[in-house]
Amino acid sequence: MKTDATPPAAMSESAPILPAPLDTAIAAQLAARGRWSPFEILFWLGAVSTIWLLPDHHLILTEIVIWGLFALSLDLILGYAGIVSLGHAAFFGVGAYTAGLLARHALIGEPVVALLVAGLAGGAFGFLTSFLVLRGTDLTRLMVTLGVALLLREVANRMAWLTGGADGLQGITMQPVLGLFRFDLYGHTAYVYSLVVLFVLFLLARRIVGSPFGLSLLAIKGNPLRAGAIGIGAGPRIVAVYTLAAVYAAIAGALLTQTTAFTSLESLSFDRSADVLLVLIIGGTGHLYGGLIGAVVFRFAQDWLSAATPQYWQFWIGLILVVIVLVGRDRIGGWLAPLRRAGDRLVPWRGGRDGGRP
Amino acid sequence: MLERVLTPLAILLGLLAGVPASAQGTVKIGVIEAMTGQQQSTGVQTVAAMRLYMAKHGDTVAGKKIELVVKDDGAVADNSKRLAQELIVRDKAAVLIGFAVTPTALAVAPLSTEAKIPTIVANAGTSIITERSPYILRTSFTLAQSSVIIGEWAAQNGIKKVVTLVSDYAPGLDSEKTFTEAFTKGGGQVVEALRVPLMAPDFAPFLQRARDAAPDAVFVFVPAGQGGTFTKQFVERGLDKAGIRIIGPGDVTDDDLLNAMGDAVLGSVTAHMYSADHPSAMNKEYVEAFKKANNGMRPNFMSVGGWDAMHLVYEALKKTGGDTNGDKLVAAMKGMAWESPRGPISIDPETRDIVQNIYIRKVERKNGELYNVEFATFEAVKDPVKAKR
Repeated sequence: MKTDATPPAAMSESAPILPAPLDTAIAAQLAARGRWSPFEILFWLGAVSTIWLLPDHHLILTEIVIWGLFALSLDLILGYAGIVSLGHAAFFGVGAYTAGLLARHALIGEPVVALLVAGLAGGAFGFLTSFLVLRGTDLTRLMVTLGVALLLREVANRMAWLTGGADGLQGITMQPVLGLFRFDLYGHTAYVYSLVVLFVLFLLARRIVGSPFGLSLLAIKGNPLRAGAIGIGAGPRIVAVYTLAAVYAAIAGALLTQTTAFTSLESLSFDRSADVLLVLIIGGTGHLYGGLIGAVVFRFAQDWLSAATPQYWQFWIGLILVVIVLVGRDRIGGWLAPLRRAGDRLVPWRGGRDGGRP
Repeated sequence: MLERVLTPLAILLGLLAGVPASAQGTVKIGVIEAMTGQQQSTGVQTVAAMRLYMAKHGDTVAGKKIELVVKDDGAVADNSKRLAQELIVRDKAAVLIGFAVTPTALAVAPLSTEAKIPTIVANAGTSIITERSPYILRTSFTLAQSSVIIGEWAAQNGIKKVVTLVSDYAPGLDSEKTFTEAFTKGGGQVVEALRVPLMAPDFAPFLQRARDAAPDAVFVFVPAGQGGTFTKQFVERGLDKAGIRIIGPGDVTDDDLLNAMGDAVLGSVTAHMYSADHPSAMNKEYVEAFKKANNGMRPNFMSVGGWDAMHLVYEALKKTGGDTNGDKLVAAMKGMAWESPRGPISIDPETRDIVQNIYIRKVERKNGELYNVEFATFEAVKDPVKAKR
């Protein structure tokens, strides 16, 4: 990266080699990183167009959006801060049950407010458990996150008076979104609602990973010791991003509860943690879109195969996953790279991805 | 360049649009079953029986072609709900059948009401299910039906001390409660009540506690498919040698797994609504045809739920003349009575639940194979939980 080679800020004024004062250069680079590529614009236009183009598929699309958001949240910690987790469902479940309990006991009827509260609950839990992932290597983190999720699932199973235990949380009735839009049987409201939530949270995530804070996370991911040596402390940053990811995961869980008016122990299960990792790896880590693309591929493949062969579809899913990971050099996200580059070449104002000329 | 983008896009859209609009003369039956996972045997048995029914009675009723759309929910309630919604909205299914475990049926209940779709529970056995929607009917059984009867039988047949061991979810709690009531009323004593987690159970520690309590018998309910693991660990812990008997609703001595359980289960007494050994001409034919169509697999009590669910749909369609209106179908199904491979059954017009004979059976060896041999019959048993209200 360019910044690695530049001298410290104090020397910048006496260094005429630089094309511009350093802060301006950095600002320009950050701005270039933050620009929207045609690929991204197309992606979101495509997503929005499905509202009208695929009205019969809003149910599965809603689920894809929720999986996408969940994988995006994992990407924040795995793709940007390099924290591997096998227990991300813990936060998903906290959000799912918070939203479910709020609606079931009519504490907060309005879904958007309930969504925010569920996000906060997940964030609080994420903040508390973030200190557990500060130390140790990848293996330790895998075990710790896995353990936390398993514990939480067992607690939810034991507290059947609150959570319904293995029978799931029954009897949730959802109020209209913003008091205006009722959740309908066809899932139209649910889809638009989830898509809007995803887009808003995506914008926020995009802004955050493009900020100096986001870059410092990448530095930590690359080499924590070196990052520490140049003054980037890992601890507080990991706590911050882990908490943020927990908020995102909890909101994804809450969305699932709200759009299906149901939640069960499955939302806390190991399978869910493993699946989201799969979704993210299929799509590719570290570029925000990986989770979204992975969710589309994973859910459509699952839906299609399980309809084609209800009894043996898991075999085919497994096979496809192995093939994708072995054949796709940079996963599916990587297959789209030529497309993205072609898009960049077409648009003169876009410039290179590394900033280039202003 | 453009082509490279458009071709995959076109393929994707083509795949999405691949579901054909439902033809005028077709009635789609949405089947939500556990075809994978722990409850897999239930799904496989039920769907096999449904297909057998169609093979025997033809796929056309009242001028309509019947089509099964089978979806796998892996017995996970979140999936069931989404699949039900898709079957209703996308496939325009007229009837839903299936539900391997109670939570999956409960999750779908609000949708049945909202969309007015007749929903036939072919497997799940908790009493409350039919109360959750006026569109839910049942062709399986309720656990209370057999638990009450085995409770009374045990008290009258020299069993004094019992440890109950049930799966920790709604039907398990139903069977524990109704058994204990009937058994203690008859003078028996439940010395310990154990509850085992539903998913991925390890019975060993629970069985050890049961053994330490030294009861005359262990009353056990585990969902279909888990009976094999249970009896294996029952023997490993030496409960059979300690002279402790197995009693319970018939889920544990599941016909599908019975042969593999070995001599440890010989003499186990259970109360249930179906045994592959049921001595009727209809059942003999059923068992034979089922085995022939499914590689020698023996039909179990879950399969008859699927068979009778199909019968209910076929007969209701005949009554309505092919009309698939939900209210009309449910009205036609209420009160219907017929002969099933398990014996005479009917749908209670008030509760939409099943009324059937409950048989007391003992595991015996017959022609080299293990069977639940029926030796006493309680006729036309209604669900005791709802009858009490």
